[in-house]
Amino acid sequence: MTERTLTSFSLRRKVTGSTLIIYLALIGVLLIGWVLVAVDGGNFLTLETVVGIQQRSAALGIVAVGQTLAILVGSLDLSVAYLISLTSLVAAEIMAGQDSGILPAVAAVIAVSALIGLVNGLVITRLHVHAFIATLGVALIIKGVVDHLYDGPSGSVPESFQRLGYDRLGPVPVSALLWAAVAVAAWFLLRRTRLGYRIYAVGGDEEVARLSGVRTGRIIVATHVLCSICAGIAGLLLAGRLGAGAPTVGTDGGYDLESIAAVVLGGTALAGGKGGVPGTVGGVLLLAVLDSVFNQLEVNAFFKDVVRGVVIVAAVAVYARRTVRRRSR
Amino acid sequence: MRGIAKSFLGVRVLSGVNLEVAAGEVHAVVGENGAGKSTLMKILAGVHSPDEGSVEIDGVSVSFAHPVEAQRAGVAIIYQEFNLLPERSVAENVFLGREPVRRGLVDRTAMETDTTRLLKELGETSFVSHDLVRHLSIAQQQVVEILKALSQDARIIVMDEPTAALAEHEVELLYRLVARLRERGIAVLYISHRLREVFDLAERVTVLKDGALVRTADTADITSDELVRLMVGRDLGTYFPPRGTETGEVRLSVRGGGNAVLDGIDLQVSEGEILGVAGLQGSGRTELAKAIFGAEPFTRGTMSPLRPRSVRQAVAAGIGLVNEDRKAEGLALRQSVRDNALLVSRSVRRGGRTDIRELLESVRLQPPRPEQEVRYLSGGNQQKVVLAKWITVAPKVLIFDEPTRGVDVGAKAAIHDLMRGLAKDGMAIMMISSELPELIGMSDRIIVMRDGRIAGVLPAGPSEETVMHLAAGEVTP
Repeated sequence: MTERTLTSFSLRRKVTGSTLIIYLALIGVLLIGWVLVAVDGGNFLTLETVVGIQQRSAALGIVAVGQTLAILVGSLDLSVAYLISLTSLVAAEIMAGQDSGILPAVAAVIAVSALIGLVNGLVITRLHVHAFIATLGVALIIKGVVDHLYDGPSGSVPESFQRLGYDRLGPVPVSALLWAAVAVAAWFLLRRTRLGYRIYAVGGDEEVARLSGVRTGRIIVATHVLCSICAGIAGLLLAGRLGAGAPTVGTDGGYDLESIAAVVLGGTALAGGKGGVPGTVGGVLLLAVLDSVFNQLEVNAFFKDVVRGVVIVAAVAVYARRTVRRRSR
Repeated sequence: MRGIAKSFLGVRVLSGVNLEVAAGEVHAVVGENGAGKSTLMKILAGVHSPDEGSVEIDGVSVSFAHPVEAQRAGVAIIYQEFNLLPERSVAENVFLGREPVRRGLVDRTAMETDTTRLLKELGETSFVSHDLVRHLSIAQQQVVEILKALSQDARIIVMDEPTAALAEHEVELLYRLVARLRERGIAVLYISHRLREVFDLAERVTVLKDGALVRTADTADITSDELVRLMVGRDLGTYFPPRGTETGEVRLSVRGGGNAVLDGIDLQVSEGEILGVAGLQGSGRTELAKAIFGAEPFTRGTMSPLRPRSVRQAVAAGIGLVNEDRKAEGLALRQSVRDNALLVSRSVRRGGRTDIRELLESVRLQPPRPEQEVRYLSGGNQQKVVLAKWITVAPKVLIFDEPTRGVDVGAKAAIHDLMRGLAKDGMAIMMISSELPELIGMSDRIIVMRDGRIAGVLPAGPSEETVMHLAAGEVTP
């Protein structure tokens, strides 16, 4: 009896409605893409495209996993794009083309991002500034510093570290493995640790969490540190791919808004407390597959953005409908 | 608790209050809103710390800097507005903030089995530990709060107006729960406006008025009239205003009204009449109000003056609704009294001018400060603002859904007076209430809802039993 209850419990929770929808949508888009490309005379699911999709999504995916944590706790982080630029520069400068520089560089990137996350979290919790403004302000500060110090790519990443960006094991790029590792770690954190439970609690209702003895400020700060570290890891990955650090790599990729879009596309509530990593992974893959289809069809880039916008809005509208209908019963 | 005093921003809300409760005792705390009950309880629960006085638990003096310290000392408080996360499971809510850990990871099996064990001990079988709280009824959510308290090994449980949101049959269940708590040797502090519950449940009762202790007495030694006098400091006399004698023409009639929830609704309300609507929670009472008001419209049947398809149409036809949940649906809490009171008239009429002072006086808002944000008002005063909002447009039909929920005795009487006054002035009034004495005392006729249908129509002054039998669908003996 207990056994059965527990299995049904984990099953029910693993595939919640929204997550299911996003994966169904993903399969749908893959099929449509396959048909469209086939009609166009191409072959959609080649090794090349599969690898391409994974590589394209890896950096965004890692940022989006961090963003998922921030949004679940009821916050959000607009500073990730500039932080990615900053950490790519920190990494490349410290490595300076030497293998011996890799470890110190990674350590420095983690430290810098943790520090930025700490600042974000403290500004939000101690100064009571809304996360939108707090992280926007921190983003501008980072931008100012980076723009002052650099006007183009700088530093150099050794050959061995660049393999992070391009090597693959069979059809799976190393960068995708890194993304998977980050995602699994975050998923595990949310499902099996007290911090994870409390992230949901604070995001669900901060006052309820506080009155249940959760030190809500600490949870928010810790979540922002983790979110920023994810952005730092993405910075490392992009530095590896570029072979250098670049002051615009984060903003060119639009990682701030795009990561938020991927998270809500994956069914996580923007207000927090509901959703999770599997949905976000689906959201990121969906965006990457769309990208890939449009690239193969050589569609106008502006039209591509229009479709992405429609998809994101439509997805959130579908989730909203479901919630409304459930509530009205 | 001894000699407790507390001031907020220089305003003294409590002074020299003593309160004691023994293990296995149910001790009721009564008083009007603003009497200091909630503040006293929040001091016990560690939300506020007292300016003066001391709190002792089992003879040991304690002082709590944070609610968690109070929890650890065995004090649990169940607020009127539940502290639950709708998107999380029952077990996750019960162990919120205290998740059991094994080898560094949250032990979900332990959470589930402990919650299931507690559910069994309380004899609760209507839901299980992994249900999402969102899917539970208010009564069930209250059980989750009690589970939470029990799992913390609470020895003192404070219940703040536990029946405010419950229907009559759910109150019975709550009585049984409280009895179980008492058997376990838990001290229960029971805050309520409903005097019947005080006498049904409590061994002793403490009356607070204006932040001071008036009296602590055994419930056996005091009558309910005395208690009311102590709370209000004056005789309320007859509890309800006298019924009107004249009813005029029919203001609202529904024939065969129905939608997804309702079916076969036939009713009439006349000028000068108060029509009571009884029924258990989920019987379709609120849905009936919303259908007439056009918020969840009828899809079948006829209605005069018209069958509204939207709220706007209903308001234009002179139908108003004072919502069940005034905080969520009746008021814009962060806006001023003025903005709230004029909300409807601004959205319906153009260029209409209303004298705000006169309006606030007509609903007896005390003090009538139009610039105050409504969230700072007491429950009774908030309800008066909602009422003012409708009076501006002089509706022909006004529906009240639980008009006195969470409102103290004094304000309750004022609202009853206002309702009767409106009826006298020719308004047709429908009143939904879970509180049978109120419903019976106020209504000229009562319709009883059950399963989305009208189960019966009763003349003025039926017995509570008659209403309950109809509502619960049992055959009248």
